[in-house]
Amino acid sequence: MAKVMGLTGNEAIAYAVKQCNVDVVAAYPITPQTIMVEVLSEYIYNGEMDAEFICVESEHSALSACIGASLAGARVFTATASQGLALMHEMLYIASGLRCPIVMGIANRALSAPLNIHGDHSDMMGSRDCCWIQIYAENPQEAYDWTIQAFKIAEDHRVLLPVSVNIDGFILSHSMERVEVLEDEDVSRFLPPRKPLITIDPTKPVTVGALCLPDYYFEMKFQQIQAMKESCNVIFEVNSEYESISGRKYGFLESYAMDDAEAAIICLGSTAGTAKAVGRELRSKGKKVGVIKPWIYRPFPEEELIRALGDVKAVAVLDRACSFGAPFNALCSDVIATLYRHGKDLRVFNCLYGLGGRDITPADLKAIFEETLEVAKTGKIKEYVKYIGVRE
Amino acid sequence: MLIEIRWHGRGGQGIVTVSRLLAQAALLDGKYVQAFPEFGPERRGAPVTGYTRISNEPIIVHSQIYNPNVVVVVDPTLIGKVNVTAGLVQKGFLIVNSERSPKEIREDLEVLDAKVYTVDAVKIALEILGRPIYNTAMLGALLKAVPVTTMDSLAKVIAERFPGAVGEKNIAVIRRAYEEAYGIE
Repeated sequence: MAKVMGLTGNEAIAYAVKQCNVDVVAAYPITPQTIMVEVLSEYIYNGEMDAEFICVESEHSALSACIGASLAGARVFTATASQGLALMHEMLYIASGLRCPIVMGIANRALSAPLNIHGDHSDMMGSRDCCWIQIYAENPQEAYDWTIQAFKIAEDHRVLLPVSVNIDGFILSHSMERVEVLEDEDVSRFLPPRKPLITIDPTKPVTVGALCLPDYYFEMKFQQIQAMKESCNVIFEVNSEYESISGRKYGFLESYAMDDAEAAIICLGSTAGTAKAVGRELRSKGKKVGVIKPWIYRPFPEEELIRALGDVKAVAVLDRACSFGAPFNALCSDVIATLYRHGKDLRVFNCLYGLGGRDITPADLKAIFEETLEVAKTGKIKEYVKYIGVRE
Repeated sequence: MLIEIRWHGRGGQGIVTVSRLLAQAALLDGKYVQAFPEFGPERRGAPVTGYTRISNEPIIVHSQIYNPNVVVVVDPTLIGKVNVTAGLVQKGFLIVNSERSPKEIREDLEVLDAKVYTVDAVKIALEILGRPIYNTAMLGALLKAVPVTTMDSLAKVIAERFPGAVGEKNIAVIRRAYEEAYGIE
């Protein structure tokens, strides 16, 4: 019988990190991530977790400390949100460039200005090209499960890339839900101590992060491109192994009611749950709708998306971050690029929603489904980018 | 059956705590739950709301609660200042910390179809705890009106959250509030 706990998204990630026998946590608190760090510092202070907690003066320093510890061979965790992630931006590229398998929890939040502490995806999308594997969880259970899997994916020698586990700020970070947790021993068996490929050691000096001019820099980046590609195999293997110990099946994306769907919504994170609930209601009325929720945003699950789309005729892609001046917002651009690359022609429109924490309601999603069904029927798109619930 | 509950109180009165305690108790009953605060900065003394969803099925909706089945007013001074009955479903439950009768509250708030319960939680808290902390009393009143969990589960959760005498006294508060709460349906 699995152990059931009531945990918020923040607490679920912190609990998973404790079970993952992390060696070093360096983090700086910021709403709505703060509790993730508070709980970890309590675990360490209480002796429940044998780790070093490094208090730092900023997020830039937090990730810098993590990079040093990771290079020394430690299993490392950090967490942030919003401005904190923006301040880390420089170090995000250094973490991936130095191939540090750091795991970071992010309670996604809007970026200033104007100041806003609520949930949207502007922070992670603002750093989407930093060569971190990016995972979005729908609820605290998924946040817990993915955090444990994240370390195993990151530390695999075929990958050696950092991983972010994203939860919607407040909507998930502060929502307590039922979470089934694994026994400590099961997590330890699944995730043995890290085996670093190389470590920095004063007795055996090596150089990391050396100057790399036009003669080699591109090759270093090409290795990262390949590692990102290779991570697909590793993610698949880790999901299978995790299913065998947890009974919970993960993959690159979740496909809901897509078998004979004519219209679909594609979205990330907690919104997918509400979309599924609305989809279920519409299905009961005979409307053929489905939902696709990418769990993994980077590497983008191209093959899986094409398979999941099946014979669907129209798709609404929901973005919770704005790519100002771009033809489409980030997730929608990726979907359209994937369709183009795979020679698949179907009608796609983009919905920008929920900026600064504006709630997306079942009624909003119902209207989007209805419009997608209409597009499926007529083949005509009225607006390529819609703004959900905004006052013009 | 999904039950959606909204809690009204002020920052510092344990609104988030009580919304979570209820969810924890329902978890022990084998239910699925969500408990979440009004999102945003916390401000002591300012009106705040908390939310609890309870269901026999997994809860996948993550939008906010607009039409609660149950509203619990922990701080009676909010009545008239905050629209505590906003969005309450037809024939929903309104549970108020008040020395006044359910009938008076119902007429005052003009929710003539609502099932209204009251309990003097302030008096109970002062008598048993010796302090005006009356969030847990409202759990007893809620349980009297709607069987969203059991007294056993509430007692277990309280004892775990507040070990020792504090927990025992709070359980006594809940039991007394359960006995004293009364309503009209």
